[in-house]
Amino acid sequence: MRNKLSENIAKIGPLIGLVFIVILLAFLSDSFLTVDNILNLLRQISINALIAFGMTFVILTAGIDLSVGSLLALGSALTAGMLSSGMDPILAIFLGLIIGLVLGALNGLIITKGKVAPFIATLATMTIFRGATLVYTDGKPVTGLSDSVLFQMMGKGYFFFIPVPVIIMLVVFLVLYFILHNTVFGRRVYAVGGNEEAATLSGVKSDRIKILVYSLTGMLAVLAGIILTSRLNSAQPTAGTMYELDAIAAVVIGGTSLMGGRGRITGTLIGALIIGVISNGLNLLNVSSFYQQIVKGAVILFAVMLDRSRD
Amino acid sequence: MRQTPFVEMTGIDKAFDGNKVLQNVHLTVNKGEVHALMGENGAGKSTLIKIMCGVHSRDAGEVKVNNEPIVFKTPKEAEERGINIIHQELNIIPELTVTQNMFLGKELTYGKTGILNKQAMRKATKKSLLELGVDSIHPDELAGNLSVGQQQMIEIARALATKSELIVMDEPTAALTDREIESLFEVINSLRDRGVSIIYVSHRMEEIFAICDRITVLRDGLYVGTEVIKETTFDDIVRMMVGRELGERFPTRHAEIGDVVLSVENLALAGVFKDVSFHVRAGEILGVAGLMGAGRTEVVETIFGYRKKEQGEVKLHGKSIEINHPVDAVQHGIAFITEDRKDKGLLIDASIRDNVALTNLSTISKSGVVIRSKEKSLVDDLVKRLHVRMAHVHQPVKSLSGGNQQKVVIAKWLGIQPQVLILDEPTRGVDIGAKKEIYSIMNELSENGVAIVMISSELPEVLGISDRIMVLHEGKVMRKLQREEADQEKIMLAATGRYHDEK
Repeated sequence: MRNKLSENIAKIGPLIGLVFIVILLAFLSDSFLTVDNILNLLRQISINALIAFGMTFVILTAGIDLSVGSLLALGSALTAGMLSSGMDPILAIFLGLIIGLVLGALNGLIITKGKVAPFIATLATMTIFRGATLVYTDGKPVTGLSDSVLFQMMGKGYFFFIPVPVIIMLVVFLVLYFILHNTVFGRRVYAVGGNEEAATLSGVKSDRIKILVYSLTGMLAVLAGIILTSRLNSAQPTAGTMYELDAIAAVVIGGTSLMGGRGRITGTLIGALIIGVISNGLNLLNVSSFYQQIVKGAVILFAVMLDRSRD
Repeated sequence: MRQTPFVEMTGIDKAFDGNKVLQNVHLTVNKGEVHALMGENGAGKSTLIKIMCGVHSRDAGEVKVNNEPIVFKTPKEAEERGINIIHQELNIIPELTVTQNMFLGKELTYGKTGILNKQAMRKATKKSLLELGVDSIHPDELAGNLSVGQQQMIEIARALATKSELIVMDEPTAALTDREIESLFEVINSLRDRGVSIIYVSHRMEEIFAICDRITVLRDGLYVGTEVIKETTFDDIVRMMVGRELGERFPTRHAEIGDVVLSVENLALAGVFKDVSFHVRAGEILGVAGLMGAGRTEVVETIFGYRKKEQGEVKLHGKSIEINHPVDAVQHGIAFITEDRKDKGLLIDASIRDNVALTNLSTISKSGVVIRSKEKSLVDDLVKRLHVRMAHVHQPVKSLSGGNQQKVVIAKWLGIQPQVLILDEPTRGVDIGAKKEIYSIMNELSENGVAIVMISSELPEVLGISDRIMVLHEGKVMRKLQREEADQEKIMLAATGRYHDEK
């Protein structure tokens, strides 16, 4: 009995947590459960969620990507540079995403072919990407971007009454959910994380799978970066600092094991929501952002301890 | 004969998730007795042991130690009453020395200073090892440099150092060489003389008849009976275990042997093996014998593309093929059932379905998308064909018994419809019933024209199922034998390097 029960708690535990926090905040603050606030909240989490979706794939392969925040900054700065030089916005965004893909693939290559542990490899590229951003921008924000509707819509627009970033997030979520659970690639991601040796001996090109997940994460980080750039109408060289931690937190709160092979992307979405709801709610309750960090940390610890108690 | 019971377990019941795994089971182990515990995988042996050692609680029944009713809540409490277990996977930390391993968690110090008394620990280690009659192990040696047999001796010495009165040995000989088994038996005999009781869990019938005094047999969670070894026979025990006559141990082979399917020429891997050449024909089973470290596993891993060959050629139907990664081997219809299920064969936390599907993803998908209905029918067919005993295919494989785990590994490879099947120690840690099933699967496949290469350390198995036998010693092919001319002695002579066929 114990096994099945704990297995089920692991599946719906984060959701129960989310519902609990939402109900609590609805009682504590009148302005929390309003359509405006919920849409605002969803927009706030969309950037973290996009990064965390990629991070889910990486962590499922028993890896980690610390470079996503810096990669976001570098990708955004380069995209903004292309936009301000007058390049066609569609082309610039497309090239920006490709840059994210290539930088992510670089992480993957260092980890697989260079045989460097993911933590160290991405710690190094985190610094390198940040440095490259500062070099490219000379430490100053990139401004004077395109006023194309498409680009402006990405961060600021609404589709009917729903913010465009939320729509992007949901579409990406559905696509990734399908990939993870219904494709050969998705199965192999789980296999590589579950037991790389056994996966390789079963005819899985484990290195290729890993390179692909880091590429995916790089691309999603730049997508998040472009949304952020559009929203701020400028690319900041310090953008995305510490974003990797929020993304990892969302994945972990969502019940994905850092040991790899076990977890769900739905959990990550809920994890991102929990983080977003907590900061949103605490803001509404006028709790100082200093205290907010303590609460966020405590939630992460609680979630991880719940995960450990399963084994 | 001493007849004082040390542990008495009566009427033990235990259920997990509503599944009754033990019902009214008894086990009595006398002082100074070597008591075998046998049963097919899933019969409930490990659960019974875990209840005795305080890992699991019991739902009903009584446990008495030295005639005193007792409930162990933790393994530590059991240890304090002199009950120790030596697991199949040893609890040895390879980076620490023999002495450090011996005293792990109970280091000797100068008073309460916390400063280690290394001298005393080293001396005590030496003394305990000598008491076991082991003088080949130096207390300062790193445990990782020792053989598995020697590491096991450390564990036994460690158990004895805590005044152990009962040692449970779970498949103690699974990874030992013949010589190591002999010295383990000497140690067991001397323990018996000192009044220490031993519960010997093993699938190897020969060993049980060689070393044990009594045997208790379980089947499907039920107590079948306890017999005195001297008054029973091999066949009686098998009948008790499977509840029916098992018949011949090995299937009758009448596969038609066809053309050469796989041939290997002058294969070499730096520092491990060289000049390995052999072939295997359709419908043929080639047994590969040799001692541990002879390079057998490395040879097949190289053929399969898991290791990078130094030189040599692999041919399929006479045509040279290039295998640089296991994926190439799979595409050529070569399947490889690895020696180590947990480390190399299975995604142990994943479900039966995910494990079986893994090797077959290309056949059950279209444009990269897995077609659930195809997956379901493939997985259902395979687990049915192999009689995997399970509740449902979404169960994690780690919840299955060893024999059923092995069947899952075989199932995932049968899905690719291999023309060459390589099996590395296919029946290790597998009970008699499952062994027989595995042999008949091999037999059936060979009758369908599959070429089979089987590595095995169990000579009766090599002799029982192979058509030809190849013997390796220190990375060289020493001898190739037809089944008719082969016997245990010839194989052992070649495996120990005392016979070399110069051809």
